[in-house]
Amino acid sequence: MSARDEILARVRSALGPPATRAGHAEPAPADPAPVPPPTGEALVELFVERVADYRAEVVRCAPDRVADAVRDGLGASASVLVPEGFPASMLGMPEGCLSVSDEALSASDLDRIDAVVTTASVGIATTGTIVLDHGAGQGRRALSLVPDRHVCVVRTDQVVAGVTAAVALLGVADPTRPLTWISGPSATSDIELDRVEGVHGPRTLVVVVVG
Amino acid sequence: MSATFVGMPPFPEAAHAALADTQLRTNLRHATHTIRDKRARVVEEVEDWEALRVKGARIKDDMLARLDTHLVTLEESLTARGATVHWARDAAEACAIVAEIVKAHHVDEVVKVKSMATQEIELNEALAAHGIAAWETDLAELIVQLGDDLPSHILVPAIHRNRAEIREIFRTRMAAAGRPAPDDLTDDPAALAGAARLHLREKFLRARVAISGANFAIAETGTLVVVESEGNGRMCLTLPEVLISVVGIEKVLPRFADLDTFLQLLPRSSTGERMNPYTSMWSGVTPGDGPQEVHVVLLDNGRTTVLADEVGRQALRCIRCSACLNVCPVYERTGGHAYGSVYPGPIGAILNPLMRGVGHDKQIDSLPYASSLCGRCLEVCPVMIDIPEILVHLRAKVVDAHRDGAPGAQDLAMRATSFLFSDPSRMSLAVKAAGVANRVMTPFGKRTLPGGRRALGRLPGPGAGWSDARDLPMPPRTSFRAWWKATDGGRNEPPVVGPRHTGGAG
Repeated sequence: MSARDEILARVRSALGPPATRAGHAEPAPADPAPVPPPTGEALVELFVERVADYRAEVVRCAPDRVADAVRDGLGASASVLVPEGFPASMLGMPEGCLSVSDEALSASDLDRIDAVVTTASVGIATTGTIVLDHGAGQGRRALSLVPDRHVCVVRTDQVVAGVTAAVALLGVADPTRPLTWISGPSATSDIELDRVEGVHGPRTLVVVVVG
Repeated sequence: MSATFVGMPPFPEAAHAALADTQLRTNLRHATHTIRDKRARVVEEVEDWEALRVKGARIKDDMLARLDTHLVTLEESLTARGATVHWARDAAEACAIVAEIVKAHHVDEVVKVKSMATQEIELNEALAAHGIAAWETDLAELIVQLGDDLPSHILVPAIHRNRAEIREIFRTRMAAAGRPAPDDLTDDPAALAGAARLHLREKFLRARVAISGANFAIAETGTLVVVESEGNGRMCLTLPEVLISVVGIEKVLPRFADLDTFLQLLPRSSTGERMNPYTSMWSGVTPGDGPQEVHVVLLDNGRTTVLADEVGRQALRCIRCSACLNVCPVYERTGGHAYGSVYPGPIGAILNPLMRGVGHDKQIDSLPYASSLCGRCLEVCPVMIDIPEILVHLRAKVVDAHRDGAPGAQDLAMRATSFLFSDPSRMSLAVKAAGVANRVMTPFGKRTLPGGRRALGRLPGPGAGWSDARDLPMPPRTSFRAWWKATDGGRNEPPVVGPRHTGGAG
């Protein structure tokens, strides 16, 4: 008997015939929501507060000031990776900073680039999370990982209240895309449970909230 | 890593050694208290936490009741997305599958994301036997690996080490494994994390094969999920050409929508954060993004044995958050090594006996007793595993497994107790005998307990095992009933001025 057949047989023998098994026929009921989630300005404010709580840099700006905010967010970077589909109108470049596009760059190539700019798919207010689905403007996963500074542009209309709404949105869009959920810069608490920001992922995360 | 849990002594013996290590106890106390306080704060923020726990438990129970169907669906979804699915009955089979894949790519090293399943099957040791170095990339795992040490916590495996010890490990051991630690390395956690970043970066950039586990595997979409903090997971899941994920069969969730519940329960219970820094989701192969060869090894290794145990089955709900470790009064004092397994603490005390069976190994049989049954583990468990209930159930199984042999000290004591308790006149005689024993034995009392009663030290013979971890109080001089009769319920008792009990200090 193959390992597959044997494991499935063991599962079936442990559980008995399907008709006799415990469990609920219907999916679990939806969560009660005792407090209505914040909306509008309160929602965006909560998002900004929670992202900042992870010691990420958060900047709010009007739609016509995005390029300035991105330029500031890039700081003194000498080179910045710009994924395909990143809106040119949002791209503010610091003086002398080299713009690099992703032409089959190797991991070592990426390691020599200082920063990356991306858009995002969803922002989650209660947890201060941004979600990338690595579509247009976000690039493949390695781009927003290897450079040490990540500047991420999120529109206020992309911000939802909680994890539930985010999972629902992503599930409707296409859950089989690679997804990266980012809550603050890379961090560890492995040494005496002291939180240290900045291990392997980008050590600086700048979130530009537009609108 | 040559260190292994094989041949560990039973829990009481291992705990005895651990309790004597004051540095260990200080480190553990600090760490467990820090993390349990953080957890309590972020759990308090969630209005409907109890409803979430109920939902999490229910989703897992429903999944387990249809596990065969979900596993087949998962396999179909993964295969349709370009992944290769393997099935492994046990640790040896899983290790052989992984080694075979790695060797086919002619590499002598792999990078690893922290994974309980791969530790459970001792994959690193198995790969080493094939001449393949498996580099752990989680900071705490790196500390354990470089220190030739054993993990002592599910989430923070180096919880037993303090910063000074970690600095020493990095200073003396990093060079042999790759890029050495900087000469001026201090014991500042940020500096230590910085040294790990530099040391591991060269490994990430050159690795061609990575190995991971998965926190969740979504049947309907073939999506695997890894929840992490440092970004080492993203590095391993994204940069290499080949990715092998070893996934316990109980990790499957039917629907993508189920992640909603678990992505709320896990980070808050585990690290005490609203959300962990990074969560990666991938479904098989994505052209042009990440590894282009993806393998998933579905692992049984005792999980179907747990499934067959109707009381113990709920242990398969476990999402490896480690909240039960951080609140456990026993874990806080003994640390993780005493449990003799990669799964320590309350969850380990049930998982190991459930997965490996009782009655054939003294170490495993000792685990259901490594608890005071205080119930804190159940209170914090995000999927409501009734650990105390399972511990009691397993104690019964341990006793049953040893029924055929010669009766042990516990059996004899229980039989004697049953004889005495079943007849009031025998009971009364026994109480009088205890009063006599008090007078005879008091001079031998080694310690004085709070309240003044004397206590015996180590008992001789079969009682030694019991008294090794406890003080045995002297029997009282008179029984309560005799005292009530003689003093008319205390009304005729002279006021207490001096020592109340023979040999007592008052």
